[in-house]
Amino acid sequence: MLKLDIFLSALANGLMTGAVYALIALGLTLVYGVLHIINFAHGAMLTAAMFAVFICHAWLGIDPYLAVFILTPLFFGLGYAIQRLVISPASHGDDSNILLVTLGLSIIIENGLLMGFRSDTRSIDVPYGFSVIEIGNLFLSTPKVIAFVAAFVVAGLLGLLLVRTDTGKAIRAVAKERTGAALSGIDVEHIYAVTFGIGAACLAIAACLLMPTFLVNPRAGNAFVLVAFTIVVLGGMGSIGGALIGGLIIGVVESLSGLYFGESLGQIGIFLIFILVLLFRPTGLFGAKA
Amino acid sequence: MSPLLRIEGLTKRFGGLLAVDDACLQVEAGSITGLIGPNGAGKTTLFTMIAGFAEPTQGEVFYKGERITELPTHVRTMRGIARTFQIVQPFAGLTVRENIAVGAHLRHRARADALAKAEEVAVQVGLEPLLDRPAHALTVAGRKRLELARALATEPQLLLLDEVLAGLNPSEIRDMIPVVRGIRDSGVTILIVEHVMQAVMSLCDTVYVLAEGRMIAAGPPADVARNQRVIEAYLGQGAAARLRDGAAHA
Amino acid sequence: MKDKTLLLIAIVTLALALLPLGFESNVVLNFLAFAMIITLAAQGWNVLGGFGGQFSFGHAAFFGTGAYGMALLQVRFGVNAWLAMPIAIALGAAVGYAIGFLSFRARLRGSYFALVTLAFAEVFRISANVWSFTGGAAGVLVPLKLDPWNMQFADKRLGYWLALALVALVLLITHRLRESRFGAQLIAIRENEDAARALGADALAVKLKAIALSGGITAAAGSLYTQKFLYLDATLAYGPWISVEALLAPIIGGIGTIFGPLLGAFLLLGLGEVTKTFFANLLGGARPGADLVVFGVLLILCVAFAPRGVLGLLARLRGRGA
Repeated sequence: MLKLDIFLSALANGLMTGAVYALIALGLTLVYGVLHIINFAHGAMLTAAMFAVFICHAWLGIDPYLAVFILTPLFFGLGYAIQRLVISPASHGDDSNILLVTLGLSIIIENGLLMGFRSDTRSIDVPYGFSVIEIGNLFLSTPKVIAFVAAFVVAGLLGLLLVRTDTGKAIRAVAKERTGAALSGIDVEHIYAVTFGIGAACLAIAACLLMPTFLVNPRAGNAFVLVAFTIVVLGGMGSIGGALIGGLIIGVVESLSGLYFGESLGQIGIFLIFILVLLFRPTGLFGAKA
Repeated sequence: MSPLLRIEGLTKRFGGLLAVDDACLQVEAGSITGLIGPNGAGKTTLFTMIAGFAEPTQGEVFYKGERITELPTHVRTMRGIARTFQIVQPFAGLTVRENIAVGAHLRHRARADALAKAEEVAVQVGLEPLLDRPAHALTVAGRKRLELARALATEPQLLLLDEVLAGLNPSEIRDMIPVVRGIRDSGVTILIVEHVMQAVMSLCDTVYVLAEGRMIAAGPPADVARNQRVIEAYLGQGAAARLRDGAAHA
Repeated sequence: MKDKTLLLIAIVTLALALLPLGFESNVVLNFLAFAMIITLAAQGWNVLGGFGGQFSFGHAAFFGTGAYGMALLQVRFGVNAWLAMPIAIALGAAVGYAIGFLSFRARLRGSYFALVTLAFAEVFRISANVWSFTGGAAGVLVPLKLDPWNMQFADKRLGYWLALALVALVLLITHRLRESRFGAQLIAIRENEDAARALGADALAVKLKAIALSGGITAAAGSLYTQKFLYLDATLAYGPWISVEALLAPIIGGIGTIFGPLLGAFLLLGLGEVTKTFFANLLGGARPGADLVVFGVLLILCVAFAPRGVLGLLARLRGRGA
């Protein structure tokens, strides 16, 4: 009986962490789907967002759930500027250059944070940090439940944005056929930057949802970056629904294998999934055949 | 004597689309054989299967009487089959000389020998003055010659040319034709794919016509040019009749 | 032309060999020895990434294998250091071949190849961190027994010269590479894989040869690291920073050139020292991470403005001057 309880709570925890993973992966997969680039700085940008949440709370006294309304537009703007002013001009449109430029960005962000905040691990202290919701024998951390629900809401909103709005339609047009979109008068560079901005905004939301229960240090993003990549390849590069399901799967795999094999082997499990998917099914479990 | 290259019942299916349907073709040693057809006829698909860049769904490819249907590209090149690309694929960062030397290395291990061979081939195709130019600085005509030179440097017995004349202006085509003839005269058998008819007609000993994936005619260029099905394939249904009527009225 | 490069290799090697005769400073000797280790790791990366165009983000997998191989062969199996080094290098080459076999057969290129190599390196890091054979999180300590027989030198200059000898050997190997059929085909594959195949290059075989050579060279750097510091743990040997440094040096120095990795390693380490000193002395207090921020900026600037690194920039300036 007890064993089942532990299993169920690990499962629930995995699902909830997985939803936030999915949110992180959402930005990555969207950027891949539209720009066909791999943003290596995604993890470092998440760290930066987590520090921004920390600053809002510790210095300005703003609750993380309120900070989301400040940081989301702020990170959208930052993302827009980074793509428009750094990545696009520096990479000359070459794939491996983009990879190197975003690697450079991740080094700068990560170590810039290290310069500013040293390598100490920080957390924020909110009154609801340890509150739980009780369902039967399950005790679920309230902030994690909020994160779980919010991740789905954000994914839904993102889907609506892509389907309903003109910008969303332009984004999908550019993703499908860049030249055609450009010929029909869409400013492709602008759409690229908007997409990158949306990716960064997703990170800001994820950071606000994560911080009540997670710790942050300048290297925190590293733990997320390969996880996010794994989710993206698992779900199929560029697929939003795939990212959502992939996130949940990875969250559960990590949580359960951590329970049965210990934490570090759980991590190996994720990397092995990543490698196996890339080697044997690079279009992902749900992706269309290339 | 058996032909140098023979394909039998070659078929390629992409999902529901039949790109090449049961195609047969022979290339006699020492000849220039043409494969023509309107756009989208399946010429390039057929060509890539002969060169080993795509595997056929059905059918066989024989070279010197041996079955080579599944041989990888580089092994075919080793056996003496070289190809050019319709969309030229230069090694953009290298010089013309270095580009050709990559091909020459196939039969010349030492760098000096490969470079000497490269120079020799450059003379043959008229690229000699451009040997030390970077490949990305060449004109379209220059790049087409470079394609030819690199393939020749592998010292092939059978040369597969994929639209080497496409994209050239009439005077460039006039310059290119003697180069292709010269290659044949040096003992290399040529299979040339084109969709421009005239140039091919003057070059080839035998012409095959592919339309909608099927081989619709084969024979000496003069016969093929009069073939009704060929005219219709190029100009549309009923064109042959209209032409005949037009001639009768005149 | 050929002789000029050989002559240059001889001059550079000789100059580097004479450097430590002038002074006895430990700081400078450590700097030089470390620069040689980074150069070797970078030379390994450059064979695959620079000449072959396959960008790996996981060269730590080879560095760490060389380092752990060197340490464990001595500590666990009592193998003499001079014998352990070639075995460690062979292990690095084997790991390279294995990773290459899996990735290249799956036709991974570009970003996908970069990511999969990174993931492989991480699997190695975490495994080394938990496996008791590799010393787990505590790492491995090679007992200090100063004796040339153990490849441990009381005179630090000997260690430096050994590393320099390996660097010079790799300079010669890359020079030979550029003059060989293998090198020509490797470069052709970098420029256009389909065209290279059409000209008779067996792309898979050439890339496998390149990644094995690359892995072996970078593993040599790892084995030198073990002998210099006599201590290892998973993050030191397999950490992502090793992979980054292995690619930064050639990209900054001159990707796909013979001397690029060497120049880049000196530039990187030199710039790192300057930045650290600058913050420590002028801005009142060391700032960890400052040197790495500079590296990151440099990487982006190189990609944007100097795609052939500093050597390419110099060549361009000379071309304009002439």
